Amino acid sequence: MTRLGMVIDTRRCVGCQDCVVACKTENRTPEGYHRDWITYATTGRFPSLSLLIQSERCNHCDDPPCVSCCPTGASHVHDWGGVVLITRDECIGCKACVASCPYDARYIHPDGYADKCTFCIHRVERGQDPACVAVCPTRCMHFGDLDDPESEVSRLLASRRHHTILPEAGTRPRIFYLE
Amino acid sequence: MTPPAPELISTAHSPLTDPELHAWGWEIAVYLFLGGLTAGLLVLCGHALWRGRRSPASAPSFALASSGLPLIGLAAISLGMLALFLDLAHKPFVWRLYLTMQPRSPMSWGAWILVLVYPVLLAGVLLDPPSWLGARAPALTRRFRAIADHDRTRRWIGLVSIATGVALGVYTGVLLSSLGARPLWSSGLVAPLFLVSGMSTSAAIAHVVSPDHGERDQLLRLDSLLITVELGLLALFLIGLSSSTEAHAAAARLVLGGPYTAVFWVGVVVLGLVLPLGLQILTAAGRIADTPVAAVLVLCGGLALRFVIVFAGQTSHWSRP
Repeated sequence: MTRLGMVIDTRRCVGCQDCVVACKTENRTPEGYHRDWITYATTGRFPSLSLLIQSERCNHCDDPPCVSCCPTGASHVHDWGGVVLITRDECIGCKACVASCPYDARYIHPDGYADKCTFCIHRVERGQDPACVAVCPTRCMHFGDLDDPESEVSRLLASRRHHTILPEAGTRPRIFYLE
Repeated sequence: MTPPAPELISTAHSPLTDPELHAWGWEIAVYLFLGGLTAGLLVLCGHALWRGRRSPASAPSFALASSGLPLIGLAAISLGMLALFLDLAHKPFVWRLYLTMQPRSPMSWGAWILVLVYPVLLAGVLLDPPSWLGARAPALTRRFRAIADHDRTRRWIGLVSIATGVALGVYTGVLLSSLGARPLWSSGLVAPLFLVSGMSTSAAIAHVVSPDHGERDQLLRLDSLLITVELGLLALFLIGLSSSTEAHAAAARLVLGGPYTAVFWVGVVVLGLVLPLGLQILTAAGRIADTPVAAVLVLCGGLALRFVIVFAGQTSHWSRP
């Protein structure tokens, strides 16, 4: 079974925000809203500082709380690839999914429905990478089937140390960050 | 030396413009309060129906107050649902709630429970109709009077009313506690806390509207008991969070020294629980005259509790590296 996921190399990411701009352009998100973003976490004490840059978005969790809390079934797991999607015409804008996401990945679109990253499913189903992955100038982002041991993402995860965001939230995210 | 906390900059939620998630506003707090109040009214009315009505002297059962309570419940739940509707961002699609039943979604359960609330409250109104209704629809009230006089049927309706009230009260808490992303809410005690608070506010209202002295005294004692239980549940809720993970402990600190401390301790605990409890004890002991002040304080405290839990809960979050 196909299980789509993303692997992001934090050693290569420079936080240029090309992925953010590509997503806005591809998905035409309204002004002031975006489906992906960059976090810059500085740890340590000067002069021994370390900077972790991460490109973040919906984690398309294996156990998505946004899907289980949705009262209408608008938030659902797509038949192919396990991508978490929203059917706009079924969403009542109750915001339970916004509150349920530990990553704050969702927002309410000015037209009223909940919105978030779709892994650019419209591109992926045509055999293309998500827009953010396609434009990355440092090639730090990789996309593919986590259930296929021969896929690039699976091989990267098998060979490098990695982490997910807030694993303690128990949602089993499908975006992995190489260390 | 303790290492400094990581400095986190995110382009998703700029600290300058969007310091924290606030998906739900006053509408949800008001809805949870009115839903809890209606839940308590359903339980009180159900109890009255179960015990038998119109004989308060021989079997005290909130019988007199109950005659007006279903109407208050109808008004409260209608206002609550209006608040809920106002909160929806995609209003034209609200009917989608009733095309499906999502067993893992407390909100879906709530939507269907609300469908049950109206006929149960309406049955409460018709089984003991107010005089103006009896005058305008004599045939209808005669028919329901016959049902009310049938003990077995009346008791069953009472049981359904109690069950619906408990389901409604519990659901308002589970709605929040099922959202594990907000550590302040992820406690199993939110549901009983909201249920007991809802029952306390309904007992306060029943105490004000009841015309019978003995019944008012009984309701006063019931409310005192409920407030005491609520204080205990609040203490357990905060102890549970404080002794859990750092994210949960940080959530508890929002009301234990954090930005919601003043409104929680002054608005909810002192003015909403301790002071009315003291007034009720003095009233029950005959030291002061019976006034609606305690009831008003209980109602304001119940509303303040929902506001604090809803707003502080959205501020609470899992810690980032």
